[in-house]
Amino acid sequence: MQLSTLFQKSITKLSHLHIVVGTLFIATLYVTVCNLFFTEGSLLHVSNYTVSLLGKYLCYALLALAIDLVWGYCGILSLGHGAFFTLGGYAMGMYLMRQIGDRGVYGNPDLPDFMVFLNLTELPWFWAGSSSVWWMVAMVFIGPGLLAYVFGMMAFRSRVSGVYLSIMTQAMTYALMLAFFRNEMGFGGNNGLTDFKEILGYSLQNPHTKLALFIATAFALAIGYFISNYIVNSKMGRVITATRDAENRVRFVGFKPEHYKVWIFVVSAILAGIAGALYVPQVGIINPGEFSPLNSIEMVIWVAIGGRCTLYGAIIGAIAVSYAKTRFTAIMPEAWLFGLGGLFVLVTLYLPKGIAGLLANLFDKLSIVKVDAAKGDIDKEKVADAEMKS
Amino acid sequence: MMRLLSVLISGIISWQALANDQVINADTAPTVDKHSAVLIELVQKLPVTKLKKLPVLVEQLASTATLKNTKKTRDVLQYLVDGELYYIKANKHVVRAVNGENKTYTLTDILADETFAPVNKSKIKKIKTNNRLRGEIRGYIAKIDLSSSDKNTRIDAINQILSNPSKPGLSAVRALLATEQNDDVRELMNVTLLTEQLKHGSHAEKIAAIKQIEDSLQPVVKNAMTQLLDNLPTNNKSTEEKILAANLTKAIKSIDGKRDLFGYLETIFFGLSLGSVLLLAAIGLTITFGVMGVINMAHGEMMMLGAYTTYVIQLAFPNLIEYSLLMAVPAAFLVSGFVGIIIERGVIRHLKGRPLETLLATFGISLMLQQLVRTVFSPLNRQVQAPEWMTGSLQINPVFALTYNRLYILLFSLLVFFALLMILKKTSLGLHVRAVSQDREMARALSIKSDWVDAATFGLGSGVAGVAGVVLSQLTNVGPNLGQAYIIDSFLVVVFGGVGSLWGTLVAAMSLGSINKFLEPITGSVLANIIVLVGLVLFIQKRPKGLFPQKGRASD
Amino acid sequence: MKFKKLLVASSIVASGLMANFANAADTIKVGVLHSLSGTMAISETTLKDTVLMMIEEQNKAGGVLGKQLEPVVVDPASNWPLFAEKTRELLAKEKVDVIFGCWTSVSRKSALPVLEELNGLLFYPVQYEGEESSKNVFYTGAAPNQQAIPAVDYLMEEIGATRWVLAGTDYVYPRTTNKILKAYLKSKGVKDADIMVNYTPFGHSDWQGIVSDIKKFGSAGKKTAVVSTINGDANIPFYKELGNQGISAEDIPVVAFSVGEEELSGFDTKPLIGHLAAWNYFQSVESDENEAFIASWKKYIGDDKRVTNDPMEATYIGFKMWVKAVEKAGTTDVDAVEQALIGVAVPNLTGGIAVMNPNHHLSKPVLIGEIQADGQFEVVSSTPDTVIGDAWSDFLPSSKNLISDWTAPIECGSFDVKTAKCSGQNF
Repeated sequence: MQLSTLFQKSITKLSHLHIVVGTLFIATLYVTVCNLFFTEGSLLHVSNYTVSLLGKYLCYALLALAIDLVWGYCGILSLGHGAFFTLGGYAMGMYLMRQIGDRGVYGNPDLPDFMVFLNLTELPWFWAGSSSVWWMVAMVFIGPGLLAYVFGMMAFRSRVSGVYLSIMTQAMTYALMLAFFRNEMGFGGNNGLTDFKEILGYSLQNPHTKLALFIATAFALAIGYFISNYIVNSKMGRVITATRDAENRVRFVGFKPEHYKVWIFVVSAILAGIAGALYVPQVGIINPGEFSPLNSIEMVIWVAIGGRCTLYGAIIGAIAVSYAKTRFTAIMPEAWLFGLGGLFVLVTLYLPKGIAGLLANLFDKLSIVKVDAAKGDIDKEKVADAEMKS
Repeated sequence: MMRLLSVLISGIISWQALANDQVINADTAPTVDKHSAVLIELVQKLPVTKLKKLPVLVEQLASTATLKNTKKTRDVLQYLVDGELYYIKANKHVVRAVNGENKTYTLTDILADETFAPVNKSKIKKIKTNNRLRGEIRGYIAKIDLSSSDKNTRIDAINQILSNPSKPGLSAVRALLATEQNDDVRELMNVTLLTEQLKHGSHAEKIAAIKQIEDSLQPVVKNAMTQLLDNLPTNNKSTEEKILAANLTKAIKSIDGKRDLFGYLETIFFGLSLGSVLLLAAIGLTITFGVMGVINMAHGEMMMLGAYTTYVIQLAFPNLIEYSLLMAVPAAFLVSGFVGIIIERGVIRHLKGRPLETLLATFGISLMLQQLVRTVFSPLNRQVQAPEWMTGSLQINPVFALTYNRLYILLFSLLVFFALLMILKKTSLGLHVRAVSQDREMARALSIKSDWVDAATFGLGSGVAGVAGVVLSQLTNVGPNLGQAYIIDSFLVVVFGGVGSLWGTLVAAMSLGSINKFLEPITGSVLANIIVLVGLVLFIQKRPKGLFPQKGRASD
Repeated sequence: MKFKKLLVASSIVASGLMANFANAADTIKVGVLHSLSGTMAISETTLKDTVLMMIEEQNKAGGVLGKQLEPVVVDPASNWPLFAEKTRELLAKEKVDVIFGCWTSVSRKSALPVLEELNGLLFYPVQYEGEESSKNVFYTGAAPNQQAIPAVDYLMEEIGATRWVLAGTDYVYPRTTNKILKAYLKSKGVKDADIMVNYTPFGHSDWQGIVSDIKKFGSAGKKTAVVSTINGDANIPFYKELGNQGISAEDIPVVAFSVGEEELSGFDTKPLIGHLAAWNYFQSVESDENEAFIASWKKYIGDDKRVTNDPMEATYIGFKMWVKAVEKAGTTDVDAVEQALIGVAVPNLTGGIAVMNPNHHLSKPVLIGEIQADGQFEVVSSTPDTVIGDAWSDFLPSSKNLISDWTAPIECGSFDVKTAKCSGQNF
């Protein structure tokens, strides 16, 4: 009895930020320790397979976070966030490709295998510098950021909104997919970039490298969460939320909503790009299939299932859906689409605020945590959706 | 002697047939004339001749046509070319076999239309031909057909000779030209002979030939001219050659000019035809998405259901393939419309005022429908046959033809479009639909049952998608992924045209189709797609509400 | 306090993720890595069923090494990165001894690093572009020299084609094949002006313009042939358009490398009679093994109309070879089986013998078939002997010096015969 009151007291002081980052930290620590110090066969052992799987989930979580930032808080339903994710992934992929050096099948020290095969004699100009890690880091920011800036500037300035915007983002990622499928683009065509050997001099096959990548992803997710949380609680975040709810009123008050929209769109795109960059070395391949519009729709669904406009909901959603997919495809390979599809329908019907809403309700009933995020959400949604409808 | 031989042969046939448990009625055994005897003798050599030696044998076979009776020779050649000649494995006896029911083959004597009892496929073996041999056989048949009484058969025959000229064929044309009555056939015969004259005639003949056929669009004519021009020396032409070259250049230029014109017409047709497919795919979405505001990701699966309905109809009525599409259109409308209503009543109704969540739910539904089809019909593509009237093309001239299926689909898409327009503009349902879409509360206040209207609207949109599926079954694979291939394009068309505007959808679909087809020859189809997409994104920046923005309260 | 609670909570989550089931002791696990959903399900589901059928038959015959085989089926859902994840799951978690799987090259490329890292064994049953040879992969489909070149030879010699259209879907297999063919055609004296190359996106469905271009290209007075490397889904619309625009096999024959019985089973083939395909197997080939295989397939699948095709034969050969090699090695250990596999010979379904060569590719006969009205192919030409699969094409400048030989002393997948260097290996 006493214990639980103590627990309640201590947890009341915690914000979502603390809980999320704390959980993340503890989970990472747990996985790390159990992976390193418990041998296979032990009950507590976390296998390398699990580590790389969790690393992938965390990348998805960061991506979902990025989507929630623009969708949940700014009302921009992007059906093309896969484009930013994949561009970040390609930046990393190009760097990893160059790290192969002369260990490719054709043994060419300068050119990746697919270029040798395409009879290129020298690197295309846009590959210049790709062997440097700093170039890679820069490109992870610049690639998605620039695309988001250009697209956002054009779209938000001419007040493209609602479904028009959603379909345009979809067209953008679709066009990129078709473009990257082309072998002439110089990004490896349909096969994409693969057969990576090492990152920063460490072999990608080494379990420790995988663990390090997992930790790095968890770290990135924590930072991403911190930044997102900071943004949505700042003054600017309020303008952004206000823009979502009543753009014209914000404009009449004297703000320039398009500037805020572009800004948040770029931040979100960069977060997605970072997720992509961390995803590639852990998965081992990047190809144009990631640009597929259906992928981007799936990403939006993570956020919806997790519960939008809460940030942590996006993380929960991404991990839950990906985990469900992993399990379903193995347990019932012939019928898993029924399960996944049914899940989507049921969640929409019965959990309109997603898993986060469910959790918030639970906590509410236990009156442990004051749920600030869910407050007034219904009104907001009504307004936002009314705008979407137009 | 011959008579003896024929009796002997027919005796052998009946004996062999009997030996093979075949029932053959000796009383009706054919009386074999001289021509048939030769023919039979040659035909019976077919099973023992290797594929490489077959052309010689076939030539001999064809030469029997110079005897009195050409029809039998022609029939045998036709069977051979159609792959209907088989031999019975047990005795190497050649018969005509046609695929019957239950994997058995109906056997007929090659001459006497006499039917034997059906046999299993393992008892007989086909006489193999290959492309080259079939080409030759068609030449022989064409020669025989030149004297056919049917005009179209004659034209086909001359076309065959025109594209694969052979000495006997040409001499036959020459011989028959004088007696030919029909103008079209005569003209074609003339072109055939003049082309030959162009190739092998004297200088004066060549020039005369050019003058006469410089209007012809037959590819063969242009080829002959180009070849002739290429064979002239580049420098130091004689005066004769100079005149010839000048004439040729002029004629080729005029032919090319006409060809280009028809090329443009063809591209326009291709564009409109692609546009009509986009229109059909998108128009149902204009209703569910544009009018109701539901982002229906399962729209593609509604089309898929329509396509599978066509398949089921053909399966149920295998003898009515010609009418299957006509039956499938209402059936698909009902099936998809019904499924649409179920979706609306079961799911979408509960998501009123949350249109974005319809995306999520309908995406889930689309996954389930795909898997359902995979479970019920297997993941493999299903075979949907094309009725006879949907195959082939309307040959307007030698370089310009419109394929029938595209032509009908174009007309059909316009029909569907105007029918929908009428429904929305002229019926009370349409009035209610528009009223609800513009101001739901007000409409309800005026005693419109908005729930009922929603279900009907969604059913209508889904039903139209099902009809689109019937059309797609004629163009592409009928499989679980059919819908996914069109869903993105459909959304783009609707948004480009302006959400909720039927006319916008029409204009958007047709212009996207045409732009795509005009770009394709220049850039290749991959790049053409990309350019169209980028252009679309830029266009929406300029006109954020599409081509035909919806006006009224709902627009902001 | 809260730390403890969270630790417990997270350990529950994590252990749920691990879900490490103990291996059943007396079975040999066989992984099946074929897409059962998504775009590739159309082709790959059949191969999953083939493997399951082979396993069932093998188990009836007493299993392997006295143990029963246990299939582990997963669905990589036509999602390429998921192939890597599922391969890892099969090898690390399920601890399978062998994997039968993949169809597209990119799915194989995605699984490859994992296979090499965890030392797995994959049998890859589909014709592909070559330019690869991994220690951990056995390629039982055709390399380009076992399909494309004999087909072009046939068109040149038998049909007399002098003008060529190389039409394909824009990805690696058609690009490679067309590159090899172009080099080959040029070596035979075909001019650039007589070769038309055309690429289309995946799932291309509107062929009007391209077919019309082919028609124009083919009406220039020279015998024209089309070499099609168009990928699965796009083929039916392509052939429909050919039929409707009246291009018959006698005018412009099309030889395809990705169209088999199964692709045609969803289609009325009457307008296509005479168009060609080059494979290493056709259902119509008459042999005892084939008859038995077709019969047991129809029985297993419970559908008398189901057809068999070349990748199924490749799966069949791969499976038989693996069983034979495991019995020869006396263990399922990957290294031992890998060495035992080289030189293993099993009867193929066309009446010959398939041999696994040191480059992990098979010796196969090349058959050219013409499409019939019933959707089957009729063999019109076949190579007199089996052809050894060539991992590295001799017609590509980048790979003409490379060979693959996994026996001592070379033991290398891409060995440069000029510099005697081995490159691209992960060990």
